[in-house]
Amino acid sequence: MLIADSTKFALQAITSHRMRSFLTLLGIAVGIAAVILLTSIGEGVHQFVLAEFTQFGTNVIGVSPGKVKTGGQPPTGIPTTARLLTMEDAKSLKQLPNVTGASPTVWGNSEVESNGRLRRSTIYGVDADFLHVFSSTVQIGSFLPKEGEGSSRALVVLGSKLRHELFGSMNPLGARVRIGGLHFRVIGVLAAKGQFLGIDLDDTAFIPAARALELYNREGLMEIHVSYAEGISSATVAAAVKNQLKLRHGHEDFTVITQEDMLKTLSNILNILTMAVGALGGISLLVGAVGIVTIMTISVTERTNEIGLLVALGARRSTILSLFLSESVMLAALGGMLGLLLGAGLAQLLRFLLPTLPVHTPWSFAIGALVMSAVIGLLAGVLPARSASRLDPIEALRAE
Amino acid sequence: MADSKSLIALKAIDRTFYLGDSQVYALRNVNLDINPGEYIAVMGPSGSGKSTLLNLLGLLDRPDAGTYQLEGRDVTTLAPDEQAKVRSERIGFIFQSFHLVPRLTAAANIELPLILAGMPAAERTKRVAQALKEYGLVDRAQHRPNELSGGQRQRVAIARATVQRPAVLLADEPTGNLDRVTGEEVVRLLEALNAQGMTLIVVTHDHALGARARRQIKMEDGVIVSDITHMPEQAG
Repeated sequence: MLIADSTKFALQAITSHRMRSFLTLLGIAVGIAAVILLTSIGEGVHQFVLAEFTQFGTNVIGVSPGKVKTGGQPPTGIPTTARLLTMEDAKSLKQLPNVTGASPTVWGNSEVESNGRLRRSTIYGVDADFLHVFSSTVQIGSFLPKEGEGSSRALVVLGSKLRHELFGSMNPLGARVRIGGLHFRVIGVLAAKGQFLGIDLDDTAFIPAARALELYNREGLMEIHVSYAEGISSATVAAAVKNQLKLRHGHEDFTVITQEDMLKTLSNILNILTMAVGALGGISLLVGAVGIVTIMTISVTERTNEIGLLVALGARRSTILSLFLSESVMLAALGGMLGLLLGAGLAQLLRFLLPTLPVHTPWSFAIGALVMSAVIGLLAGVLPARSASRLDPIEALRAE
Repeated sequence: MADSKSLIALKAIDRTFYLGDSQVYALRNVNLDINPGEYIAVMGPSGSGKSTLLNLLGLLDRPDAGTYQLEGRDVTTLAPDEQAKVRSERIGFIFQSFHLVPRLTAAANIELPLILAGMPAAERTKRVAQALKEYGLVDRAQHRPNELSGGQRQRVAIARATVQRPAVLLADEPTGNLDRVTGEEVVRLLEALNAQGMTLIVVTHDHALGARARRQIKMEDGVIVSDITHMPEQAG
């Protein structure tokens, strides 16, 4: 029997019971729609979170003092035996090939006073490279100037939120600001960056790292952020950074974490999340598959006569098997297509109604869903089709 | 004894069924030779084994003992797929209840054996069109079985049984579900096919129908009790 003919035969069998077939394939459709919708939301959240993390640029490597094997860093303020990362370390990293910037980083929380107002904000001690490393932009004025670390002048750049809190709509440039016990002059304001995982990135002030060390009475830096040229592998740069610091420190008493590694780990976690919600949708798909088994079993019983006839007309057992299998595969595939439209449509609707909820339907999921529904049809059809192909033709012809 | 010209040669065929504890001998030591072009009626009361004989001849059933040669070839030992091929090409079935597929049109029902045999669509269309014409069903081609009369249904079934041009036509009570007039029509159609050379074997307990066959086989309790061949009385 030709494939085109068995397909047509199966389709005729499906369309001869329109309502029943529709309800059966609806079961699969709902399952596929649920899988697509849930994985779309999962994938949307995935992309949203990754975008949050990559808004500072993806080609950043963090160097922190102390060798911490499991990642993370020792809590600040607790004395450690690790050798400190110094301004000289940061400076030496700037010289490495492919490195586009290395910003020493010290941070803390201090009272900022100016214009008769007082506010607690996060203070970052950085240098001129910070702007480049974290892909920030200056709104007005300029960022901290490049200069030797010995002559770091008492200048400050404000985050947009802090600027509003202290100065309102007044021009802050040139104003004097007291941070902790030190006095600074405002030379610029950064463009708003928004929130990052609940932290307001704009309620900040940036001062030269050397001044921050002085302010917080620290010997060493908390971290050095290194950025490198686009298209260079992070591993190469990380190795170069390690070598350079080992040369300076004598042994590896620092930790290098590339953002790529971090994102990879995060991405894996989010993938598992997506799969987990997809599996929840899969339960309804399973119910749909049971529906196919049921209806195919009924169909075989109803058409016992026809099966006997097909044997008498010279059909092989394998032909009868494939006829019923293609019927259940087609039922499931049609259901899959309907589910795809339903799921993608709902995802679009959701995006339209709730624009803040990230929803994203990747094509690979859509194709995967179709293939999955066909496989489900095949599996669901096996049992009834086998019983059909094993019928005794004489009994089958006699059945009423 | 079976000579090489026999279409069908049954030798010492036994077929036993088990109903619970008891054994039922459906066929006991049946020997039968059938030549090409014969017109045979198999008669007997129900349970006499005539239907079992027909199923056996149609390769729907296997004997427990004995051999069955069809066109000189032992078909009892064939693999199931090869038996299916023999059924497809050499044997046509006609049933009492027609067994038309209800969702398919008359034309599609006639086409069914050709589809199962894997014939290309173009060739099939030609053969079906010819069959429809031969059996006077052209204007009924696109009707489904429930829109056809009993006689038309059986004509569709006969067209389907003969569209592969089989060597032997097996009819199980072909007029059982028809009134006298349409039954007569169907029988004449079958006899016309026989006149063209097709071997016709009819199972019936209708004596009037059985009496029309040239060779009449009577069965009782799984045994052939009489096998009479009438010489054609009226030549012409």
